[in-house]
Amino acid sequence: MLKYIIKRLFQGIFVVIGISILIFIISRVVPGDPARMALGPRAPQFAVDELRKEMNLDKPLPVQYYYWFKGVIKGDFGKSLNTKRPVITDVKEFLPATLELALLSGFLFIIFATIIGLLSAQYRDTWVDGLTRILSYVGIAIPSFVVAVLLLLIFGYLWPVIPTLGRLSSNITPPPTITGLITVDSLITGNFAAFFDALKHLILPAIALAIGPLFQEARILRSALIDNINKEYISVVTGYGLPKGVIMRKHLLKPSFIPVVSVMGLDFASLMGNAFLVESIFNWPGLSRYGINAMLNKDLNAISAVIIIYGVIFLIVNIIVDLIIAWLDPRIRLGGE
Amino acid sequence: MENTLLDIKNLKVWYRTYKGYAKVVDGINLFVNKGEKVGLVGESGCGKTTTMKTVLRVLDSKVATVPEGEILFKNRDILKMKYNELQQVRKQSISMISQEPTAALNPVFTVGSQIMDIIRYSEQYKDYSKSEMLSLAVKTIKDVLIPDPERILNSYPHQLSGGMKQRICIAMALVTPRELLIADEPGTALDVTVQDQIHKLLKALVEEKKMSLIMITHSLGVARELSDRIYVMYAGNIVEVAQTKELFKNPLHPYTLGLMECVPRLYGGGISEGIYGYIPDYINPPAGCRFYPRCPSAMEICEKEKPPTVSVSEDHKVACFKYH
Repeated sequence: MLKYIIKRLFQGIFVVIGISILIFIISRVVPGDPARMALGPRAPQFAVDELRKEMNLDKPLPVQYYYWFKGVIKGDFGKSLNTKRPVITDVKEFLPATLELALLSGFLFIIFATIIGLLSAQYRDTWVDGLTRILSYVGIAIPSFVVAVLLLLIFGYLWPVIPTLGRLSSNITPPPTITGLITVDSLITGNFAAFFDALKHLILPAIALAIGPLFQEARILRSALIDNINKEYISVVTGYGLPKGVIMRKHLLKPSFIPVVSVMGLDFASLMGNAFLVESIFNWPGLSRYGINAMLNKDLNAISAVIIIYGVIFLIVNIIVDLIIAWLDPRIRLGGE
Repeated sequence: MENTLLDIKNLKVWYRTYKGYAKVVDGINLFVNKGEKVGLVGESGCGKTTTMKTVLRVLDSKVATVPEGEILFKNRDILKMKYNELQQVRKQSISMISQEPTAALNPVFTVGSQIMDIIRYSEQYKDYSKSEMLSLAVKTIKDVLIPDPERILNSYPHQLSGGMKQRICIAMALVTPRELLIADEPGTALDVTVQDQIHKLLKALVEEKKMSLIMITHSLGVARELSDRIYVMYAGNIVEVAQTKELFKNPLHPYTLGLMECVPRLYGGGISEGIYGYIPDYINPPAGCRFYPRCPSAMEICEKEKPPTVSVSEDHKVACFKYH
């Protein structure tokens, strides 16, 4: 098992290097001079040349990459041309907001996909199944930013019971930054008022992001369960008189969860991408919104940083997913032995 | 009869299909006495497994229906039992060994965990601690002649050979005391040497525990070795039943005769002629005798009317117009 983990981590390093080369090349071949853009159209040419030298833009590409990647490893992504601060400072500020959102959203879709999947398999071909089927088609078909706008319309305008913008109400003292996740920080410091307020702010964007993956996974779980319910081993344990609930939750759920976990991993990764729009709609100060602004302003250092960070997150999630699958399925875990 | 453990009366089982009902089991009568070993012989697809799965009611009720019949277990009809009563029978009275050991074991749980679940939910060991249950599992694994039971209990099914898995399935069926064991072709998926071991093991264990056995098989030879009485089944009907000795001395039904022809013999003579044709279409079965289209001694009446079951001697019954 340990060998498996080390192997996966080692492979991961190469993936990160690959991503970094790709993003570096893309960011250098797009037209436009970053130095000129940073200084503005009316800056004198010598100042631009000076800045080009400072940014190593006058050197050949491989040398540029070497300097850049050396910085990246140390956490130095250069300066943001947009915010005029080191990119890493921006990342430290905005990444926790996105992570908090993604984690809650992931938590929501894991829990509810399991419940809905189990219910619709257990009550197959009844009204429960029919209702979840209709909800699923709707939920999968509607993009998350449309759900976000609808939620904003309902809870921000028609029935304003939940705050819809930002991470915290202005009358609440924010907890000290420990992890950067406001809910976690406020729990650590025992500030429950801040915790509940932060949770209220989190819930709508989290729902908007979770709804698509949730129903997709519920459907996959349902069909995996129904597929396995006709397997001989289920008829065997039924014949031995095991209680229905035990068969459903233990003997049926574990083998059926394997395909769902793979999809959950992919969904969690694409959730970071979907967050671009949802964060903009809910005015959520997250890294995805930061990334969009960086792109609109051709802020190359910031763009590279966001993409590499998302690449690393994607990689970590995938390794976790592989480990969970290996834990669920002994045929994968012990296959090499 | 007081001595009767299981008594199946005029049981019919139909499967729903898009073209209509497939009338697979067509009114069979079968009984098993206490401590008796009964063979149920017939070719693939004749409804043997369907009948026995109906006894435990493990067929998908959306697909299979029972339009008629009774399955009396100790004079109580299993088909009419409430869920709790049925669970009691499943937990403590009847167990069934599947014909496919690989499919019968859940691939993601250890063998031990699957056996422990059966012990725990059988409700016969309520005051047992976990380690006592474990030693019961170890003992049962030893009983089915597996060396190194502790290692096997911690193994997953894919790490074991087919013969090993079938032994595990037998252990699962015998780990808690039961009155009736249904063995559904337990040797089919295995090679002949292992098959023979499994059959001998099964016979020894059933005799030791004084259980009743229903041995489902497609081979008359296996049935002869393992059973006191043999039912011959063809396309959802019992065509002949007799004590094992009597059946081999005096086989009557043309299908039984055909089956005996089919047994390959080591002293040569080439492949036997066998029985020409296939099992009939269950959705539109022949109106008369279901064996009529393949029967070498078919008569005119066989096409139109179902042959009644006639007693040739006290224990020997046959469903054929030849003996009417």
